[in-house]
Amino acid sequence: MNDQGDHMTDQKPFVDIQHAQKSYGALEVLKDINLQVQKGQIVAIIGPSGSGKSTLLRAINDLDPLTGGEIWLEDKQINKNLPHRQYEKHINLVRQEIGMVFQHFNLFPHLTVRGNVTLAPKMLKGLSDADANKLAEEQLDKVGMLERIDYYPSQLSGGQKQRVAIARALAMNPKVMLFDEATSALDPELVEEVNLVMKKLAEEHMTMIIVTHEMSFAESVCDRVLFMDQGVVVEEGPPEVMFRNPKNDRTKEFLRKHLAGQHR
Amino acid sequence: MGLDFTVIPQYLDIILWGALWTILITLGAAAVSFIGGMILAVIALYAPKLVRLPFRAFAFLFMGTPLLLQLFLIYFGLVQVGIDVPAVMAGIIGLGLHFAVYNSELFQTGILAVDKGQIEAARTLGLGRMQALRKVVVPQAIRDVIPPVGNNMIALLKDSALVSVIGVSELTLSAQRAIGSTYRPFEFYVLVAVIYYIINLFMEAAQRRVERRVQASR
Ligand SMILES: Nc1ncnc2c1ncn2[C@@H]1O[C@H](COP(=O)(O)OP(=O)(O)O)[C@@H](O)[C@H]1O
Ligand SMILES: [Mg+2]
Repeated sequence: MNDQGDHMTDQKPFVDIQHAQKSYGALEVLKDINLQVQKGQIVAIIGPSGSGKSTLLRAINDLDPLTGGEIWLEDKQINKNLPHRQYEKHINLVRQEIGMVFQHFNLFPHLTVRGNVTLAPKMLKGLSDADANKLAEEQLDKVGMLERIDYYPSQLSGGQKQRVAIARALAMNPKVMLFDEATSALDPELVEEVNLVMKKLAEEHMTMIIVTHEMSFAESVCDRVLFMDQGVVVEEGPPEVMFRNPKNDRTKEFLRKHLAGQHR
Repeated sequence: MGLDFTVIPQYLDIILWGALWTILITLGAAAVSFIGGMILAVIALYAPKLVRLPFRAFAFLFMGTPLLLQLFLIYFGLVQVGIDVPAVMAGIIGLGLHFAVYNSELFQTGILAVDKGQIEAARTLGLGRMQALRKVVVPQAIRDVIPPVGNNMIALLKDSALVSVIGVSELTLSAQRAIGSTYRPFEFYVLVAVIYYIINLFMEAAQRRVERRVQASR
């Protein structure tokens, strides 16, 4: 875990979300969300289904563009106003710096594990086959999937697929990693192997924003926890406070229900 | 006059040459129909309206008129405007474009059926819209439409007989020539039918092989 004190100083945030607002027609899904993440920090977002967690995460790399507010990565504004073509160029470059892991893995089924990991580095960074292979081997080794490098996704378990998906994202050498319920689609016995990989990233001080329903995992790796409900951040704080001693009634209610559902 | 298959060996080389042309034209037209079909599909789905509309008109033209007429138009018609297409080329282009339109429908369905998460994953890595399409969506769409496209290719093989009307000595025309000098239509038409059938079997085998090869990639 990171030393909280170091990061809570008033240095410029690494990821800076200001007044994020998102509407689908009349439905306001995100209402004035503010979130600052320091370099190396790990933030968990929890909250009931439909509260806007995925929308917020997907706004960061512009999969679901905001309808209001600003998102910054270091000194670059992500959702800046540009003519269409220029914006496409800009966002493609920004996305290379932001790794994303989905609940349903979204591995490319027509490519082997190797093909999945090398596709973007070869296409976007111009890596040679040899260099891309080396990179893939490194990243797959890190997630414990090197032996399966020539398998197709259909030949892997859910946990293995998700580890490959993480390696695929890491191969672009991202500055931030976004996880959207990375273990929610997994059989319970496969959750741990993915959690271990994420813990490893935490130890390497990867900046991460993690949407999760796993409170104990969140508590063990995160520096900060946000509780979202109905498009607003209801409460946020360090995990020991958020999980042991939350102030807000909605947070308490959510955690009580959630823990009741999860255990015994 | 009974049947007499002993006349066949004498004309076998003509017939086999014809078979070779049929195979060549079928392969050429299949390639055109495949590449053309994919281009048409991408245009139909993603091009701006101004580009899309003329191509749609083109598709209607090719779907709504007889292939025979299209072949006449390409071979006899284009000469008048100064474009002299050799008969074999005219056959390949005519057949190819005709089936490109049909393949395009299949490819469109295939592209739309690819899971939206695939594009998202590709875009998230930084691939542009066209890059994602080319490397992620289209290969999966092709994989998924192999059986119906294979059926189209078999229809194409059968329709390649129409190319005989613009004077290409493919299988059917070769048979007619042999019949012209032997007056033995039954024998030669049966022979040619068998040859079409054998080519057909090879195409089906090839299709099954491809399907088996992409099995793991689902
Ligand atoms: N494309 C969309 N069109 C309309 N409403 C949407 C769309 N995507 C998400 N929503 C709505 O936005 C809200 C937040 O969704 P989401 O961010 O997926 O929540 P969470 O991830 O917290 O479960 C939900 O009410 C959902 O129905
Ligand atoms: Mg969600």
